[in-house]
Amino acid sequence: MSGLSGVTGRGMVLLVLAALGLAVAPFVADRYLVSVLTTVLWFAYVGQAWNVMMGFSGLLSLGHALYVGLGAYVSAALFVHFGVGPWAGMVLAMLVAVVAGCIIGFLGFRFGVKGVHFALLTIAFAEVARIGFDHITWVGGSGGFFLPVEAGASDPLNLRGSPVLFYYVALALVVGALLLSRVLLHSRLGYQWLAVREEPDAAEASGVDLFRARMTAVAVSSALTALGGVFQAFYFNNLFPEQVFSMGRSIEIILPAIVGGIGTLVGPILGAFILTPLGEALTFLIEAGGLDLPGLKQLFYGAALVVIVVFRPEGVWPWLARRLRLVRQPGEGA
Amino acid sequence: MAALLEVEGLSKCFRGLKAVSEVSFTVPEERILALIGPNGAGKTTTFNLIAGVFPPDEGRVTLKGRNLTGLKPNQVCAAGIGRTFQIVKPFGQLTVEENVVVGALARERSVETARIQARAVLERLELADQANRPARSLTLPDRKRLEVARALATRPTLLLLDEVLAGLRPTEVDRMVEVLRDLNRREGLTILMIEHVMRAVMALSDRVVVLDHGEKIADGVPAEVVADPRVVESYLGAEALD
Repeated sequence: MSGLSGVTGRGMVLLVLAALGLAVAPFVADRYLVSVLTTVLWFAYVGQAWNVMMGFSGLLSLGHALYVGLGAYVSAALFVHFGVGPWAGMVLAMLVAVVAGCIIGFLGFRFGVKGVHFALLTIAFAEVARIGFDHITWVGGSGGFFLPVEAGASDPLNLRGSPVLFYYVALALVVGALLLSRVLLHSRLGYQWLAVREEPDAAEASGVDLFRARMTAVAVSSALTALGGVFQAFYFNNLFPEQVFSMGRSIEIILPAIVGGIGTLVGPILGAFILTPLGEALTFLIEAGGLDLPGLKQLFYGAALVVIVVFRPEGVWPWLARRLRLVRQPGEGA
Repeated sequence: MAALLEVEGLSKCFRGLKAVSEVSFTVPEERILALIGPNGAGKTTTFNLIAGVFPPDEGRVTLKGRNLTGLKPNQVCAAGIGRTFQIVKPFGQLTVEENVVVGALARERSVETARIQARAVLERLELADQANRPARSLTLPDRKRLEVARALATRPTLLLLDEVLAGLRPTEVDRMVEVLRDLNRREGLTILMIEHVMRAVMALSDRVVVLDHGEKIADGVPAEVVADPRVVESYLGAEALD
């Protein structure tokens, strides 16, 4: 298991340096860089949330945009229509996402919908939500839902403020998700999740209640992801069903974990730090080169992804950790 | 000797094919019972019916008088039956120790305590030096041992072993036989084993049940059963008569 207990001294130093660097980044970085880093952190966070399902429990969700969207819309609607701030609103936002997740989970696990077919079920729910929200005029329908923006407002209690505020909230989410993932992975539940991921039949014969283990994974993952949605609503101040619930968004959510290393604690974070800057760098290079052809960025981005996935199918993190001796290898003692 | 496990009139059909037909037997407490028979005789199906993988069409399974029929595998495990799989199913990406910790967590809420228990079980099965290796890197004999270790860690009153000796070399068979005998004699563990290695069956079992075409054709002490003409004909082969 790639928990933090196996981190070497060198790995610990690097981890602390990275944390310090991120903590002071807004003091040295410009506005643009802070916004890029905030995006990186957001994907690192939702990537970790997705990882709880796929990485820890072996449940492939290709519809995580559903939970982002529900979290975003619920918290935004509470704020706009009832004046309820995001800190209180996030409770209901998470609850709604968990209920949606549990409905999908119930259908999937009770009726033996497995693997790719379970993934299709998750896509179906996200698509239904996307189309459904297009028609809910109470939250703006397809025309979009907008949160009131006051220039220069600073009201952290309502998550209104400067980009730097959002940066630190995103950083806190990432650190919180990392700590939570670690605690869960080393708990009884975490062992059961991994057992279910590896061999469901053997896990069940070892006393694991498959249904309960899988449902808790969905609940934890959907709740965490909804929190990412709350953040998104208050950060961008506008929501469009075609964006928040889109299949493309669902795929963007899973890429950091795939690139960084599914099932590892650091993988989704590292993956986000590779992918978002890669996208930004490509935009910059293409503009600098005067080659502003539509789709060119996506082409290079896709090619880079293929290269990474082909050469590091387990993800970049396990390889990097081995090469730089950041974690103890099996047999070197716990 | 009181019966620990009672199997009464167990039947199971798969698409019209009778895999197990009205099979009854009892496993007395602290004894070792071997289930033998040719391939396709319904041995593993019987195991799966006891372990709750699928419910029987007819019949019932009781452990210490408690009806287990219709329970799910995790509930059967909680009731006190541990099992191994004929085709080994290690949690491949987890270490050997973590595999056994999962078993120990069936009865233990604290991961720390489960780990201590897991280490003791690994010592017992001579896997302690492999504890930190990923389970997928083990050799087949070690994987078989790991199956037993994980099942044992659930602290069962009855252990179901599905061909844990198949594919092992004679010296490895002897080691495993020693371990199983020790568990039975010293800790009073009751064992129900499916086994083809007759040498081990004769050495270990107090009783032998023979299945053929889903039906029980013999049930008795080992020496009697291997001399039974029906058993010889269906399973052991004519050469055993010489």
